[in-house]
Amino acid sequence: MVEVRRSTVLDAPIDDVWRILRDFNGHDRWHPAVAESRLAGARFTDQVGSLRDFRLTGGERVKEQLLSLSDKNRSFSYAIVESDVPLNDYVAHVALKPVTDGRRTFWDWRSKFRPPAGREQELAQLVAEGVYDAGFEAIRALVSGAQRSSSLPMASAAGAIEGEAVVVRRHGGPEELTLVQVQVPPPGPGEVRLRHTAIGVNFIDVYCRTGYFDLLTPPAVPGMEAAGIVLDVGQGVSRLSVGDRVGYACPPVGAYASHRTMSANLVFRLPEDVSDEVAAASLLKGMTAEFLLHRVHRLQPGENLLVYAPAGGVGRMLCQWASHLGARVIGATSSPEKAAAAKAAGAQEVILPGDTSLETQVMELTEGRGADVIFDAVGRDSFAHSLRALAIQGHLVSYGQASGPVGAWDIGALSARSATISRPNFGHYTDTPEKVAEITSRFFEALRSGAVSVDVGQRLALSEAARAHRDLEARNTTGSTILIPGDNL
Amino acid sequence: MAEVYTSSIINAPAERVWARIRDFNALPAWHPLIAESRIESGAPSDQVGCVRDFRLKDGGRIREKLLALSDYEFSCSYSILESPMGVENYVATLKLTPVTDGDRTFAEWSAEFECAAGAEAQLIADIGGDVFQGGFNALKSHFGS
Repeated sequence: MVEVRRSTVLDAPIDDVWRILRDFNGHDRWHPAVAESRLAGARFTDQVGSLRDFRLTGGERVKEQLLSLSDKNRSFSYAIVESDVPLNDYVAHVALKPVTDGRRTFWDWRSKFRPPAGREQELAQLVAEGVYDAGFEAIRALVSGAQRSSSLPMASAAGAIEGEAVVVRRHGGPEELTLVQVQVPPPGPGEVRLRHTAIGVNFIDVYCRTGYFDLLTPPAVPGMEAAGIVLDVGQGVSRLSVGDRVGYACPPVGAYASHRTMSANLVFRLPEDVSDEVAAASLLKGMTAEFLLHRVHRLQPGENLLVYAPAGGVGRMLCQWASHLGARVIGATSSPEKAAAAKAAGAQEVILPGDTSLETQVMELTEGRGADVIFDAVGRDSFAHSLRALAIQGHLVSYGQASGPVGAWDIGALSARSATISRPNFGHYTDTPEKVAEITSRFFEALRSGAVSVDVGQRLALSEAARAHRDLEARNTTGSTILIPGDNL
Repeated sequence: MAEVYTSSIINAPAERVWARIRDFNALPAWHPLIAESRIESGAPSDQVGCVRDFRLKDGGRIREKLLALSDYEFSCSYSILESPMGVENYVATLKLTPVTDGDRTFAEWSAEFECAAGAEAQLIADIGGDVFQGGFNALKSHFGS
């Protein structure tokens, strides 16, 4: 058994070096001895067990398998499984460590293998100098100098990644959702490239697909929220690092994909106690509930609160959270089944407007006072009823229009209740990292304390997005639906 | 659990740096904070389990137990038995790795410990700075840069 150990010190921060080395299949972009390399047997370059099948500049073929990868220790191990070069039983380990007194990086590269008798020295020298030392010098040239390291084509060195995405071919039914292969570009300045691990499905995605909402121009990828891992970061991104576990919930659309390159400002780190699936299932609804109850309206204990669709995604979250904050929650829904779900979520009263109008029932339940605040995402069909169900100086928050646009109203009508109307836009509450940090930290705290809970009712493969939409539109779902990319379901 | 990690490059082969720091009783010879040291019960200083009882130049007294010593890995681990620092379950490791490119040494000194919540930041700064980096600085100036 021959053992080779080489090490060096690079004059660059460890994250800059790890960003390059971490891509197991990316060595043909920097190592002078590697002509071309492709992944075999796995879809992702950071998937332990993946194979890289490559050709050396001398023409020899080598196939290597990733045995371990650690973003914590910034290290990986790999073994040769097939090779034209007789490096039998070859196992290698690459490890980076920070030199804390000066922003430098220690790089250790070692291996053991069993060469044929008589060729020990020749092959040990080939590995030590031709592979390890040559690799050190290539990376040193890429990252040397603090000035150059930030303008380095780090990500473009990594090139486009092949991924999968669900595309809306044209506005229409669920059959217009098609899984396609896409090239996911490296991040530009201010961007990050993510590998999604879980993607949230929301009713707004249906509206984007049908064209009811003007957020998506086909052919395009729908989806507002997901969780995943940062694969690489573009120039000028300092808040996020390679390997961070992150989430986002916001326009622009594009979440129904295995990978995504997007503005780093929209993406935030997930706390350790919030799983990828819970994040993907709840961020959009939870962040919406947070700004509705704490920013658009500052809910006070004892207030009468009316919420439409209390068994739906945001509605259920509003019921839970508002009742935890001490409000008296009244849900307005359409069936006894949904009424039961709303009660389970914390609605003290549930009304089913029918023979008796919504406003009459609300007035009866509140001894003639009316609702101090109403959260109405129904729009056209509910707006007039909402106005009549308000308390004096009540606050009507119109945050959606599921039944159609509210239309033109004379604001003189508001004087009947001295009413206040809000029409908040999610984007205005979530357009800076600072705002997002405040909203998400209160939402995660509510998850921890049990004020709100998340129920992941359906887990489907990304390729089954059409089925997810069908089920959602047929009201055949309970709790949240998420899509899982790749073979990880 | 608080963690401290300090690392540096010393401009000498790992064998030479190891020869200077290997002796568990030799802190006064190379670390600027340490005034004097002895090994309890007359044990050899490379006997795993031996205890060093040393005095800092500012008067503080510390007793530490050798938990592991490796001439193969160039590493040494020890725990604190008694000290004025206010730490519990303190275990530290000092390790050298050769840098084959230039015949230098990558030196790492790390520790894990428990302490009162309010004292953690200051302890991490003091241990990582005065003790670990202070020791590395002394080695760097001894071996030249």
